[in-house]
Order: sequence, then C-alpha cells, then structure tokens
Amino acid sequence: MGFKRPECLTKESMHYCPGCGHGIIHRLIAEVIDEDYKENKIIGVAPVGCAVFIYDYFNFDFVAAAHGRATAAATGVKRSIPDALVFSYQGDGDIAAIGTSEVIHAATRGENFTAIFVNNGVYAMTGGQMAPTTIPGQVTVSSPYGRDPKVQGYHIKLCEMLVPLDGVAFVARTSIHNLKNIEFTKKAIKRAFELQMNNEGFSIIEVLSNCPTNWGLSPCESMKRIENEVLKYYSLGIFKDKGRGI
Amino acid sequence: MKILMKGNEAIAEAALRAGCECFFGYPITPQTELLQYMAKKLLKSGGVFIQAESEVGAINMAYGASSCGKRVMTSSSGPGISLKQEGISYLAGAELPCVIVNIMRGGPGLGNINAAQSDYLQATKGGGHGDYKVIVFAPSSVQEAVELTMKAFDLADKYRNPVMILGDGMLGQMMEVVEFDDSYQPQKVEKPWAVTGDRKREKRVTNSLYIVPEELEKHNLKLREKYKKIKENEVMVEEYLADDARVIFVSFGMCARIVKSAVNRLRQGGEKVGLVRPITLWPFPENELKSYASKEEVEFFIDIEMNLGQMLEDVKLSVEGKKTVHFYGRTGGMVPTIQEIMDFYYSLKK
Repeated sequence: MGFKRPECLTKESMHYCPGCGHGIIHRLIAEVIDEDYKENKIIGVAPVGCAVFIYDYFNFDFVAAAHGRATAAATGVKRSIPDALVFSYQGDGDIAAIGTSEVIHAATRGENFTAIFVNNGVYAMTGGQMAPTTIPGQVTVSSPYGRDPKVQGYHIKLCEMLVPLDGVAFVARTSIHNLKNIEFTKKAIKRAFELQMNNEGFSIIEVLSNCPTNWGLSPCESMKRIENEVLKYYSLGIFKDKGRGI
Repeated sequence: MKILMKGNEAIAEAALRAGCECFFGYPITPQTELLQYMAKKLLKSGGVFIQAESEVGAINMAYGASSCGKRVMTSSSGPGISLKQEGISYLAGAELPCVIVNIMRGGPGLGNINAAQSDYLQATKGGGHGDYKVIVFAPSSVQEAVELTMKAFDLADKYRNPVMILGDGMLGQMMEVVEFDDSYQPQKVEKPWAVTGDRKREKRVTNSLYIVPEELEKHNLKLREKYKKIKENEVMVEEYLADDARVIFVSFGMCARIVKSAVNRLRQGGEKVGLVRPITLWPFPENELKSYASKEEVEFFIDIEMNLGQMLEDVKLSVEGKKTVHFYGRTGGMVPTIQEIMDFYYSLKK
C-alpha cells in the first residue's frame, strides 16, 4: 500500500506558508477519520486565524465560528446532533485569549466534542503579534524587546488549567517537530475522538506547532526551535484520560 | 382558553409552541423569567437548554445550533444584547435564522432595570458590524408578544435571518390574560443548507467569510435584495383613529398603549388625534407615515417614546419634511403618563 492522500481531504491546495505545521495536523485528523470514522457523521468547527479556510480542505460539513467562539458554536452543534463526531480547530490566540471563557466553560460542562488547539506561540495571521502562549523572552512584533513576565505576564498553560475540571475526559499536549511526535499526535487525536464517541466528555489536544514565517526561521530551524526552546516551557504528554484513570 | 401569564413566560411558551428546539441564555433583569421558563420546560420535552457562561457564549451556541437547522432562541436585555451583537452580525452574515428576545431596560451602561425603550437604534440600525438588518417586532401587549413570537420563528426560517422581539421591562414583567391559538402549526421549512454531518451528500458550510472583495460585495448585494423583499412584504403597523386625524401620534411598544389612552381622552375632548404604531420597527412603516404626511388636514406629528428620541429620525425621514414632527419622551426608566402626553399636545396647540 503506497502513501496516498486521505480520502476525507479535498484536492484543494492549502494556503498555509511553506513549512507550516497546519498541513501536518490536518492530515493527521484526516487519517484518523479515514481509519475509524468512515461512515460517521462529522462536523468541524472552523476558527478565525490561519486555519480560517480549513473547511476548504476537508470534504465534510463545517461551521465557521467567530474569533474565539468555536467552542461555544461547537456546543450548539454537538447538542443539536449528539451522534456526530464534532471537533473545533483553533489557534492559540483564538482558544487561549479571546476564547478562554468559552473553552473553560465548554470543558466544565463536559461538552462532548474535541478541541484541537494548535499552539505556535503567536498570532500568525495578523502578522506575528504576542499570543497568550508566547514564551518568556520571545520576540514578536508586539513584544519587540522579548516577552518579559514582569511586564507582559507569563505564558498560559491551558492544558494544565483544564485537567482538574470534572467535565474533562482527555487532555494531551503533543508536538509535530519530529516523526515520533507526529505519531504521538495522531494517537492522541485517535484517543480523544474515541472518548468523545463513548460520551465521556470534553477532550482537548494542544499541538505544539511552528510558524516559520513569523518566527523568521526556515522550516527546519523552526522545528528545532520547538525542540530546543518551546519544550522547556511546555511539557508533552497525556495529562488526563478518564477511560484509563490518568 | 384564556390564561393569566407574565410577559416573559408567555413569550417562552409561545416559542415552545412555535417549535423552538434549543434555547441558550444568560440571566439578566428584566428578562430572566423567560430563561427560567425554558429551563423548566425545554429539557423535559427533549430540547436543548443551556444557561451559558455569558451572552457571548449564548449567542454563539445559538449560531452553532442554527447552523444545524434547529429552531433556536436566545434572550437578554440591553447590556446583554450589546454583548450579543457580534454573534448577531455573524448570524446575519451567514444567513442563519434565530429568534432573539430583547426585554429592554434603561441605559446607557448598566443603566437600571426599569421599563425603557433604550435599544431602538441598536436593534434597528444593525447594532453589530456590517451591512445587515434584523427584523424587529415591537409588541404592545402580552397577547401580541405571543403572536409575534410565533411569527418570528416562521419569518426567521423563511428569510434565513435573525428576528428580534423588542419589548421593554414592563412587557416582560406584567401579567396579562393571553390566549394561545391551538390550531397554530409551525411552518415546516426545508433547510437544504443545514449542517448535519451527513457524508453521503455534498458538504455544507455555514460561514460569513468572503475574503475576495468582489464576492463580499456580491453577498452584501444579495442580502440587500433579501432586505428589500422583507420591506415589501413584512411591514406591520396599527393605525388607530388616524383616518380623520389632524394630529398624528407615533409611538411603539408599551409606550404606544399609553398614547392610545391619551388619544381616547383627547378625542373625548373633541380633539381630532390618532395614533400610528409601528409593529415592525424594521422594516419601518415609511409609506404609511408618508401617506399621512401628505394629507392636507394633518397639521403635525408627535413622536412619543421611552427614550430621548431614538425613533425620531425614522419618523422624520418618513414624513420627508412635509410636516413638523414634535417629540416627547421620558428616559431613565420613567414612563410617560396619559396626562403628560395630553399636556404636551395642548402646549403645541396653543
């Protein structure tokens, strides 16, 4: 069996910058759906940000939400069609700044959908401004002297915040900076979807990703930056898995 | 069967009878009984009820559920509606039906919780960003609120557009006798656009993003055509003793009921006065007002509102300068009395 395009991806060329991690993460979601949910109803909830056109790349239904509101919109979607596999796809600015309230409360209510949270540490689409996830010392166009926790505060660790909430079934932080972690990300998505379809509650996967354009690095250098710098602030792993007692 | 019901609860009951399947709300005075009624009834009947974390959460849940083709309602009051404006703009942009109840309170800011008509401009002029319109109903009794709520669901589906029920704190809080039309059947509308997750057909996307300027302009022009159609077909207005009137009062909602009493009293005193009450605030009954302005015997207009003249511009635009439009209003949650309205009339006649 050769390497081929997953069936649930359209033939549309993606608009992402060269070397961007969104393409990899889209593919992983597509592979999981092809492998396990071929016959299922699927509804994606699109964010505002770099992945705003995600609905063009998958050949199933999507609801495009306002900035930060994807988890609220996904709540309305999943409650309306409880037997569908529903996931929101959101960047760090979207889910960890303007949408913090929506995600915390969707998680608290135990809404039965999966949030895929792509963390590249910047507001990428608007030109690389500081995000809530920007790590200390990181230079961005709106933290030109580097993020100083005394001035701009610390980076937000959303996964760690969500773990104690009773409505949450699954929390993982993964990365796509090398093959081993790409595989781990796919496994985490698989598990989150599985728990969702078992009606276990809210699931979230934070995927550490890169932004070569706004980081000012080549695609390869940007992957190394995840390994060498980002991982110091964001540990990887499965933080919660209700089904397995983690 | 006639029953005594509080305005907020009657609106909720009407929504349920109109087939409302999902309600998302957040408590705020003076509309909270509506949310409470839904909490009691909707879950038991197999519907979806969520007390959201905020008005922003509520309207975006409504956006999600409406995308799935459900009959959806959310409700709030002034400050909460301000927060919902973002979502209302998205609903209008994505052409999604939704019934939004605004039981107004005094403003600006936190204002107070008394009866007021402080959100006319916000409701009728878009409120959120972009070129869009929301159909706005302004009931002047609990019975009318019931009827308009049912109609709101049908029109929201028919035009794929948000519809707002704009009442004030008095309408929400007062109890009146209402009768529900048991023969009413919600209109069944096909929703070939609804997101259901079904993978055996072409995919569907609900969205308001048109990144190419030519495409967004095309979308906005399409919306304009829809709004034109609504203007042609959906204007509702009550004309009371206006046929032979020399002075026309214009007023909406509960305030118009007080004006109606003033008109009756003035008529008893031999004054030829009448009332024109817009029931739809958007589309506004421009042609009706224009025709009164063109009548030779009409001397002038008096606009009465529970604000400082938010509808006045629409009245003046409709009258097209043919006659003078005077204004009297109370604000801050104050309600004009019949006597005040009569005194204002007599002061103008001097």
